[in-house]
Amino acid sequence: MTTPNLKVDDLHVSIEDKEILKGFGIEINGGEIHAIMGPNGTGKSTLASALMGHPNYEITKGNATFNGEDLLEMEVDERAQAGLFLAMQYPSEVSGVTNADFIRSAINSGREEGDEISLMKFIRHMDDKMGKLEIDSSFQHRYLNEGFSGGEKKRNEILQMLMLEPKIAILDEIDSGLDIDALKVVAQGVNDMRSDDFGCLIITHYQRLLNYVTPDKVHVMMQGRIVKSGGPELAERLEAEGYDWIKNELGIEDETVGQE
Amino acid sequence: MSVDVKGSYDRTYISNFSKDRQEPEWFTNLRLSSLEQADAIELPKPEKTKITDWNFTSFAHTTETKVVNSFDDLDEDIRVLLGEKEQAKNVIVQENGKVTYEKVEADLKNQGVIFTDIETAIREHSNLVEKAYMKEAISTNENKLTALHAALVNGGTFIYVPKDTHVELPLQTVYSVSENFGLFNHILIVAEQNSSLTYIENYVTTQDANDAVANIIAEVYAADGAKVNFGAVDTFSEQVTTYVNRRGHVGRDAEIYWALGQMNDGNTVSENTTYLMGQGSYADSKAVSIGRGEQSQNFTTNIVHYGKNSDGQILSHGVMKDRASSIFNGISKIEKGATKANGEQTERVLMLSEKARGDANPILLIDEDDVTAGHAASVGRIDPLQKFYLMSRGISEQEAERLVIHGFLAPVVGELPVEAVKEQLTEVIERKVY
Repeated sequence: MTTPNLKVDDLHVSIEDKEILKGFGIEINGGEIHAIMGPNGTGKSTLASALMGHPNYEITKGNATFNGEDLLEMEVDERAQAGLFLAMQYPSEVSGVTNADFIRSAINSGREEGDEISLMKFIRHMDDKMGKLEIDSSFQHRYLNEGFSGGEKKRNEILQMLMLEPKIAILDEIDSGLDIDALKVVAQGVNDMRSDDFGCLIITHYQRLLNYVTPDKVHVMMQGRIVKSGGPELAERLEAEGYDWIKNELGIEDETVGQE
Repeated sequence: MSVDVKGSYDRTYISNFSKDRQEPEWFTNLRLSSLEQADAIELPKPEKTKITDWNFTSFAHTTETKVVNSFDDLDEDIRVLLGEKEQAKNVIVQENGKVTYEKVEADLKNQGVIFTDIETAIREHSNLVEKAYMKEAISTNENKLTALHAALVNGGTFIYVPKDTHVELPLQTVYSVSENFGLFNHILIVAEQNSSLTYIENYVTTQDANDAVANIIAEVYAADGAKVNFGAVDTFSEQVTTYVNRRGHVGRDAEIYWALGQMNDGNTVSENTTYLMGQGSYADSKAVSIGRGEQSQNFTTNIVHYGKNSDGQILSHGVMKDRASSIFNGISKIEKGATKANGEQTERVLMLSEKARGDANPILLIDEDDVTAGHAASVGRIDPLQKFYLMSRGISEQEAERLVIHGFLAPVVGELPVEAVKEQLTEVIERKVY
C-alpha cells in the first residue's frame, strides 16, 4: 500500500470573482498531522472547501494531486472515494435521512455492488465508534444533523471519519464550539486514526485542540497563503503571543484576504 | 331529469341501481335529491387549476366483478399491498366498487366493531350510517362533484368503533379500478367516545384502465376523546381523473392524524379538510406527492378551528418533475371564539425540472385575536450544499439526490402503519422519481 499523499501547489481560488487563496501550497503524507492556524478571514476554510470540491469555489490557478492523481479533475464523490475526507465547519442538515442510513450509503458507495457491508457488521462497527466518541445510541436514528447541537454536529463529523476511514482528512475548525470534554473526545478520535496510512490537516484558530493532538507541522496562513511554518512549538508561541509578531516580522498590515 | 353525465345515469337508472342494492328509502332519496343538485350547481373551483375540461362525467358505473376466493388468487399488485397472508388480518379489497376479498378477525366483531363495505353497511346498519353519512363533515351540495358522488356511490367502506373500544391492528382497504370505470367511493369512519383505530387505504389501477374516473369522499368522525390514524396511498395511473375529498370532524380532546401519499399519475384534485370542533381537539395532516409527465394536480389541506385550544398541524411536501404542474394550498382557518387555538403549516415544493410548475400557497384566515399561528412555504431545487455534503462522503450525485428526495417525502412514509404499504410507497417514490 502506498503512503497517502496530498500535494497542493500554487493554488488560487475565487468565490464570486473575489480571489481568496493566492498561491497556497502544502504537502501532506500518511503518518503526518499538519495544523493550519491563522486569524479569521485568511482563507483557511476556503482551502478546505475548495480541496473537497465545494460548488461555490472556483479554482483559477494551481495544482492539487491526491496520491498522484489530479484532484481538481475529480468530482466531489470521486475525491471522497479516493480517500479524501472533509469534516465540515457547517455540515448540512438532511431531513428524513437517518444518520445510520446515510453513513451506510456512504460506506457502500465505496464498495462494489454485491460487496455491500452487512447490516449486522455495520451496526457493530457503528456502535463501537459511537461508544468511543461517547455518542448516545439514539444518534443513529436521528435525521442527519437535523436539530443537532453544534457539538453534536462536530462529533458526527468525526464519527463519519472513523466509519469511512479516509486516507487524508481535513478537519475544518472541528474544535469550535466544543467544550473541553467534547474536545478531548474528538481528539481521541483523531488519535485513534493515527497511522502511516492516515494523514490529517487540522484547521483551527486556537492551539487548544493541539494540546491533545500533537501536530508534526504547524503552518500560519495569512492573505490566502502560508506565511510561516514550523513544529508544534510554533502553535504554542501563537497561543501565548498572538499573531502580531508574525505580521511585524513579515511586514503584513492586514492579514485578511481581498481587502484591497 | 338527468345530469350531463354521459351514459344517461338518470332518475330511473339510479332508482333501479338503489333498488338492486336493497338500499333503505332514505338512501335512495338522498341519491335522487343529490342528482337534482348536481344538475344545478357548479364544479369545484380549485385555486389556480382549471378543471373544466377534465373528465368527471364519462365512465361506466357498473361492471362485472368476480369475487376472489383466496388470498393467493388476488392480483399480484394488490397482494403486495397486504404483505404476508398471515399479517393481513383485517382487510377488504374492492375491485370496481365490489368486494372481491374480505377478511375480518372475529376479535373485531366481538368488540362490536363494524368493518364492512358501504353497500352492506347501508343495508345492515342503516341507522348508524344515516346518523353520520354526509352530514357534518361534508354536504352533498358543496359542488357538482360532491352531489354526483352522493347520487352515484358505488363503492366504499364503513367503520364503526364503539365507545371506549381500541382497535389494535390496522384496518386496511384496497380499491382497484379497471377499464373506464367511474368509482364513487365513500369511506365513512365513526369513532365513538374515547375509542381509537388506525385505517389505511390504497387506490390502485389495473393495466387496462382507460379514461376512468374516481370521485372519492372519506368522512372521519372522531367523537370526544377518540383517536383516529388515517393513512392513504393513492397510485392511480394517468388514465384516471381523480377528485378526492377527505374530511375530518374532531370532538373534544379528540385527535385525527392524516398521512397521505398522493402518488396518482393522472389529473387530481385533492382536498383534505378537518373541522376541529371540540375544545382541545387536534389534527395533524401530512401529505406528500410527486408530479410527473404532463399531469396537473391541486392539493388543498384545510384545518378549521372552532374549538378552544384546538391545534392543527399541516405539512405538505411535493416533488415536481417533467412538465407536471401542482398547486399546494394550505389553509388554517381559526373561527371567532376559538381562543388559544394554534395553527401551523408548512408547504414545500422541490423542483426537479425547469419545465415543471409548483406553487405553494400558505393561507391563514384568523377571526380570533387570542391565537397563535405560523406558516412556512418554499419552492426550490435540491440544495447544492446538501448535495455537496452527501457527495463529500463518496455518495454519487444521483444517489445524493435520491436520498434528499426520499428524505423530503419521509414524513408520510414514516407514519404509515402497515409495513407492506410503507414499502410500496417507497417503491412508488423510487419509480416516479427515476
